[in-house]
Amino acid sequence: MVEEEGFRRYVAHIILWIGIAIVAFPVYLAFVASTQDNAVIANGQMSLLPGGHFFQTYYQTIFVGTSGSTREPVGNMMLNSLIMALLIALGKIAISIISAYAIVYFRFPFRMPIFWIIFITLMLPVEVRIYPTYKIVADLHMLDSYAGLSLPLIASATATLLFRQFFMTVPDELLEASRIDGAGPFRFFWDTLLPLSRTNMAALFVILFILGWNQYLWPLLITTRDDMQTIQIGIRKMITTTDALTEWPIVMATAMLAMLPPVFVVIAMQKLFVRGLVETEK
Amino acid sequence: MQKQAIFQSKLLPYALVAPQLAIVLIFFYWPALQAVIQSFLLQDAFGLSTSFVWFENYLDLFKERAYFEAIVRTFFFSFAIAVSSLSFALLLAVMADKPLRGSTLYRTLLIWPYAVAPPVVGVLWIFMLHPSLGVLSRYLRNMGIDWNPLLDGNQAASLIILAAAWKQISYNFLFFLAGLQSIPRSVLEAAAIDGARPMRRFWTVTFPLLSPTIFFLLVVNIVYAFFDTFGIIDTMTRGGPGKSTETLVYKVYTDGLLGGNLGSSAAQSVILMIMVIVLTGIQFRFVERKVTY
Repeated sequence: MVEEEGFRRYVAHIILWIGIAIVAFPVYLAFVASTQDNAVIANGQMSLLPGGHFFQTYYQTIFVGTSGSTREPVGNMMLNSLIMALLIALGKIAISIISAYAIVYFRFPFRMPIFWIIFITLMLPVEVRIYPTYKIVADLHMLDSYAGLSLPLIASATATLLFRQFFMTVPDELLEASRIDGAGPFRFFWDTLLPLSRTNMAALFVILFILGWNQYLWPLLITTRDDMQTIQIGIRKMITTTDALTEWPIVMATAMLAMLPPVFVVIAMQKLFVRGLVETEK
Repeated sequence: MQKQAIFQSKLLPYALVAPQLAIVLIFFYWPALQAVIQSFLLQDAFGLSTSFVWFENYLDLFKERAYFEAIVRTFFFSFAIAVSSLSFALLLAVMADKPLRGSTLYRTLLIWPYAVAPPVVGVLWIFMLHPSLGVLSRYLRNMGIDWNPLLDGNQAASLIILAAAWKQISYNFLFFLAGLQSIPRSVLEAAAIDGARPMRRFWTVTFPLLSPTIFFLLVVNIVYAFFDTFGIIDTMTRGGPGKSTETLVYKVYTDGLLGGNLGSSAAQSVILMIMVIVLTGIQFRFVERKVTY
């Protein structure tokens, strides 16, 4: 082992704690603000310790919403975000695992062109095709719908690549064995391949759920009705251009609620999260 | 690479790829094609007639001063975000790589900001540094700085860079830590036996061995700064004051939404597409090399 003197270790601990403080401070401040009175915050006299308005603020945020700009309860926005995130994550996994299955376990004309068609979508993020995509979704009458929110984001070359890579490592003997048992393509997929892919699917789900929950530009374009807003859109609408009207405790409570599910997923499922992050970047 | 054991079926494989293919064609290729076509067309002011104008939209774009400024600004933002976030994350990762007590706790406490959405990052930072009510603005003003990012373009730009770099620390930290842990201990021990002090060991052994990770993260951070900063900018400054925080993606958004100049917006999209293709290409070439490394 390389020598590590006591002094250097102290320095390492101190630097890491400074890093953690820098990373955590903005969020701590948001939490503190969400428990204080709006008038005090608007004066610029906010205290750095939590105040006594915790239950009142969070109750109003979740069930009522702001009294001014958007009157949508944040609880409803969270439900929209949850549905969208689940549709995106599960949809991506479902359609990519079956297409990867076809590409790896079947020989058919146009197999490689199809693979490339899927692969190239990596280079077409939603930001570079926003208005034409918007027009298509509008023509299909999918504005303000969960289908419109999730379908244009659901195709995923990364997930297909990931499953393809994983299937290639599955030994051929497994297929031979289940064929001897008389299994067809469906049985083999369901009874052998799917159980083997469980960890990959879970790791992918964690990443895709976070990405789905955090979508911003697309929902911003295609939701016009207040009751279809996701939480990320709701929070922007709460910050009014005339600062005096912004209800900061509610904005900050909404920010806390917007962070809660994805941050919880990262911390609670850290192993899967790290695995998913590293795998999808390959 | 091909599997030896496969199934025989004529229709089933097509049915299996059909859902993904349908979505990709309808929501990816068709709009991308539309953007390309649109970028060669010019609509009159009333939207009554369109004419094919070859590269006029592109030429107009390059003559437009604001577009040129947006390009320079986007590259500057990318560079500033990548460098500041990468260097801070590398420092933390090097510290966390040491055999310390509580290192798993440190890791947990440093990686969660990955999950914070860009618009929320924007809200957190504008609140912290808001000219009238921001907690940190008080200290800045006491130090004699006339802090007002809502009016001062340079201050707004630095705020965006700080916030965007903050969010990316956790991602960079995680990959740096993984990169550091894959460096064989024996190499470092050999350097130590040769009498290299820790600082020297870092610059002559660790840093060069980490260069594939650094290069990979550089590309990822640039892509992040190009696209994912949209939410941060939109909640913090909305491209302002003036146009001092308007990036390329933000300009596509505002030009199409407010200006209604679809031809120009489409041409901008096409240019962005080309940039993504180049960046992805660089990334893949590099990944290829990492495999054989």
